[in-house]
Order: sequence, then structure tokens, then C-alpha cells
Amino acid sequence: MQEFGIRIEGLRKRYGEGDTAVDALKDVNMTVAPGEVVGLIGPSGSGKSTLLKCLGAVIEPTAGRMTLGDELIFDNAWKTRDLRALRRDRIGFVFQAPYLIPFLDVTDNVALLPMLAGKPNALARQRAAELLAALDVSHRAAARPSQLSGGEQQRVAIARALANQPPVILADEPTAPLDSERALGVMRILNDMARQYRTAIIVVTHDEKIIPTFKRIYHIRDGCTFEEAGEGRTL
Amino acid sequence: MINLAGRDILHAWGRFVFTGIGLGLLIGVTLSMAGIYRGMVDDGKALLGNSGADLWVVQKDTLGPYAESSSLKDDVYRSVLGMPGVARAANVAYLSMQVRHGEADVRVMLVGFEAGQPGEPGYLVAGRHITRNHYEAVADVKTGFRVGERVRVRRHDYTVVGLTRRMVSSGGDPMLFVPLKDAQEVQFLKDNDAILNERARTAANPQLNRPGVPGLLESIQASQASSHSVNAVLVQVQSGADPEEVAAGIRRWKHLQAFTRVQMEDIVVAKLIATSARQIALFLVILAVVSAAIVAFIIYTMTLGKIREIAVLKLIGTRNRTIAGMILQQALGLGLIGFVVGKTVATLWAPVFPKYVLLEPGDALRGFVIVMLICALASTLAIRAALRVDPATAIGG
Repeated sequence: MQEFGIRIEGLRKRYGEGDTAVDALKDVNMTVAPGEVVGLIGPSGSGKSTLLKCLGAVIEPTAGRMTLGDELIFDNAWKTRDLRALRRDRIGFVFQAPYLIPFLDVTDNVALLPMLAGKPNALARQRAAELLAALDVSHRAAARPSQLSGGEQQRVAIARALANQPPVILADEPTAPLDSERALGVMRILNDMARQYRTAIIVVTHDEKIIPTFKRIYHIRDGCTFEEAGEGRTL
Repeated sequence: MINLAGRDILHAWGRFVFTGIGLGLLIGVTLSMAGIYRGMVDDGKALLGNSGADLWVVQKDTLGPYAESSSLKDDVYRSVLGMPGVARAANVAYLSMQVRHGEADVRVMLVGFEAGQPGEPGYLVAGRHITRNHYEAVADVKTGFRVGERVRVRRHDYTVVGLTRRMVSSGGDPMLFVPLKDAQEVQFLKDNDAILNERARTAANPQLNRPGVPGLLESIQASQASSHSVNAVLVQVQSGADPEEVAAGIRRWKHLQAFTRVQMEDIVVAKLIATSARQIALFLVILAVVSAAIVAFIIYTMTLGKIREIAVLKLIGTRNRTIAGMILQQALGLGLIGFVVGKTVATLWAPVFPKYVLLEPGDALRGFVIVMLICALASTLAIRAALRVDPATAIGG
């Protein structure tokens, strides 16, 4: 099992230059251990999405350090690094809406990532079947995303995020469209998966229903993060 | 690796297939236009081939008898027969005209020929050849005439005794073969009122109506009422003779124009249908541009409808070339469906066209390559849009 977590130190992100420059992130510090699920909470415009994009290796931070496991991601050599492969192999994404590929069935939605990473189709589908079984949606393996309920779609999205066994999963409001029961169900799954696969999971949320489930919470306000202990309510 | 393009097509096959059918109809029109041009060329070649001639002897300084009018005296063929290398020579007369058939008119090319000589229809598909000197006809099946039917040409009724096929003018009009004398009469004989008027004018001319010269007026009037003109002399050269040499001799010594088959093909194909060919070529270019625009628009719209999915694919690490390949394959798939539909409908509706539509396999192959190239080219717009999609779009904010 991989022993990776994520550590961010002094991360800054500035959009624009001169008088029009906006500091979206001013001083972000964050550490998530392998197997841990932390919450990231903040009001609109606080810099959550910008932070998520930096964490997801989608945009380049202006300054600061980001370490994935023992590997420094954004350093002077980042431009030569294959960020696309990094996102594929080392970071999993779960979105507010599941954003499953509508023309692929459930199995192939999950198997697509290992296939993109170069794994043979049979192995990729085997991995997908294992994850779908672990997330209790294997009975819908041949269905199209449009044939699934919202909760099932989100579980498939989680399975997809886990497909390449990434050390980090970024979940952007994963429970927003779900009712309380299903939202807590998703959080239970994320916690189970984090423990089972030793994955560091960051959940960006506004959802009051799930905030008590975090043991640690990072608040972000005006581009700066503050750590707070959560209730860590048992799921 | 999963074929993303194929899965997407299967997922929305209805929209894809119906779009392909729409494109196919356009491609069908394009293939038909090319077929019409080929048909015109083939009609011209059939016209020359079916005449059985190696040389066409026509009036000097003309491009007759198909591209320009030509008039020769009907005894010219005798002097042509005497030229070295000439095996057979025969008079022919051509006249495009409307012939009444039931309640409608049929446009035909009336051909006057001498039985057993060059110019005679090569083969029959029904009935028999003309055996009488007058008022019998052999018709191309495209006229719609039937064996035994009587058709009126000018002042006389003709009995259709035989049917032939692929005997058409360079303009695609089916041929109606009649004896040469009848064709000469149809072409050159004036109507009764005109003859009476001409006789009166001649009789009133003291130079021609001389009381001291009996028979002069009658002779002149008889010559005015008869025709000894034909449009061309068709020549078959002797085995081993060079048609160009024989033609050169005729030009040099008989003061007539003589065309070889190659020269006549050039006249019929390059000159006679040149304007129509340019017209069709322009149509083909316009249709190609319209097809490209439609494919580009459809693929672009389909791609814009998948922006979120493309953003997700890029975010989870899909290579740009995989996404570009998906769009390209869809464009080519659309082109393939369009081509299959287009080729099928062009083949199905070709016989319905009033003019001959010749769909050549070579044209179909070229058309397929061009359709694929157009689709590939048209997909670049959508590929460009897809590659510009920011993976951050999937995260939102």
C-alpha cells in the first residue's frame, strides 16, 4: 500500500498583474495524512475552487510548496512534469455532480482511468469490478449513468476516483445534491475507502449535514486557511 | 483502450444516423452531379461509337455534324469512296426535333441512314431493321415508342419496326432512325405553301421562265422541291489504313473537313459539353463546400454538447490526442455513413433521371476519399475547440 499524503506550505495564487491583480490564495497551509478525510470549508469567494485547482494540478500556484507523498509537485521543474499523468495516476476527483461519461457503461466509466494509464482492458475492468463491489453498485455494472440514481452515480464517481489507487482524492461538494441519508452514506464510503486504500481525502463542502463527520476541518477565508478540530462523529 | 468515438456514436446512434442520412442525401446529389457529367461524356462517346465510323467528313470550315451544322451534297460520298484507304462511305442526316407521342412530345434526334451502311443502329433489342425505303423507323427505347407503333414526323406517319438501346445524341436525346431519303425530306423539304410560293416566284422570273426554252422552268422547280443535301459522310477506313492519313487526303484533295474519332471525341466532349461540364464542376465545388460546412457545424455542435465530459476526460488525464482522435473518428464515421447513404441513393435514383447518369466506381472511390478528407478537415474546428477546453471547467468555481 502506498504511503502518501499531501502537504501544502505557504501556497499563494495571484490572478492578473499590476492594479488588477487579485490574490485568490494568500497563505494556504494544509496537511492530510494517508487514510485521513479532512473537510475544507469556506464561504463563496474564499478561494476554495482556486485551492482545489492548485491541489488538482490544474493551475500553477504563484508561490509555495505542494508535496504529494514524498514528491514536490510545484517546484522549478514543474513545467517539465507531466501534470496530465500526475492527475491520472496520483489524484482522484469526485465532483458535485458525478460527471460520469454518459456514453460509457458503469464498468467502463471506472475502468477508463486504468486504461488511460496503460493497463490492459481486462485488468482495468477487473479493478473496476472490485471497486464497484466494494461500493455496492456491482449490480449496476452494465447500466448507463443515466439509468442510475443520484446516490448510485456518486458511488460510481468515487469508484472512478479510486480506480488508479491515487494517494489523494479531491472531493468537490460530493454530497450537495443528496439528501441527508445519502449524503452521510457517501461520507461513510469515503471514510471506508480512505482507511482501506490509505488515501488522503479532502472534501470541500458547505453541507451542514456532513461537517460533524470530519475529525479535522480547514477553514479558508480571504485566501488563508485555518485548522480546526472537528466532531469526528461516527458514521 | 476503449474506443470512445464508437461508444459515443452507439450511445446517440439515432441522432448520428439521421445526421448521416441528411449528409448522405447531399453526397448523393454530389455523386449524381458527377454521374450526370460522366453520362454526358458517355453519351457523346456512345454517339460516335454507335455510328460505326472511323472518319466524319463534313462541310469545310465547320465542326459538324454534332457541334455545328454541316451541309454536303449527297453525291460527295462517291468521291470520298474513291480516296485511298477508304473502305466504306455513307451519307447521314441528323435533325433534333420534337415528335408527338400520345399526349406528349418526345425530343429525339432523327437520324437518316442508308441500310447496311455506317450510321445504321448497331444492334436491336426488339423488332427488326428497316427493310423498306420509306416510312419505317427504329427507335431508341428511351423514346418510349413500342414496336408496331406509328409516330408522326412532319407530314408522314412512320411505323416503328425495331428498338435499339444507348443510341442517343450528345445531349442525351434518344435517336429515331429513318431511311436517309425520308430524313432528307424532313430536314430540307419546305411545306406546301412555301413550295407554291417558290414556284410562283420562279415562274415570275423572266430569266428562268423563258418561253423559248421548254422544260427549263419545270426543271428548276423540280430541283427546288427536292433535296440532295446530307449533314455528313461517315467513313470506314480499310484494315491497316491510318485514319489520320486518310482524313488528311480528304482534306487536301476534296476540300472538305474530315475528323478522326479522336478529333471528333475532342469536339463532342471538350467543346460541345464544355459549358455544361464547367457548370457541373462549379456545382460540385459548391456542394463540397456545403458538405464541409455541414459536417463542421454538426461535429462542432456535437463537441460543444460534450464540453463538460471533455473537461472531465482532460482532468482525469486523457491525452489530447485521444480526445482529438475521438472527434476525428466521429467525423469520419459521419462521413462513412453519409457516403454509404449517398452512394445508395445515387444508385437508386439514377435510373429516374431523364438524362443518363453514369456512376463509375472510380468516381465513387474518389468521392469517398474526398468525403473523408472533407470530414477530417471539418473536424479540425471541433478538435480545436475541444483542445481549448480547460480541465478546470470540470471543477467549476
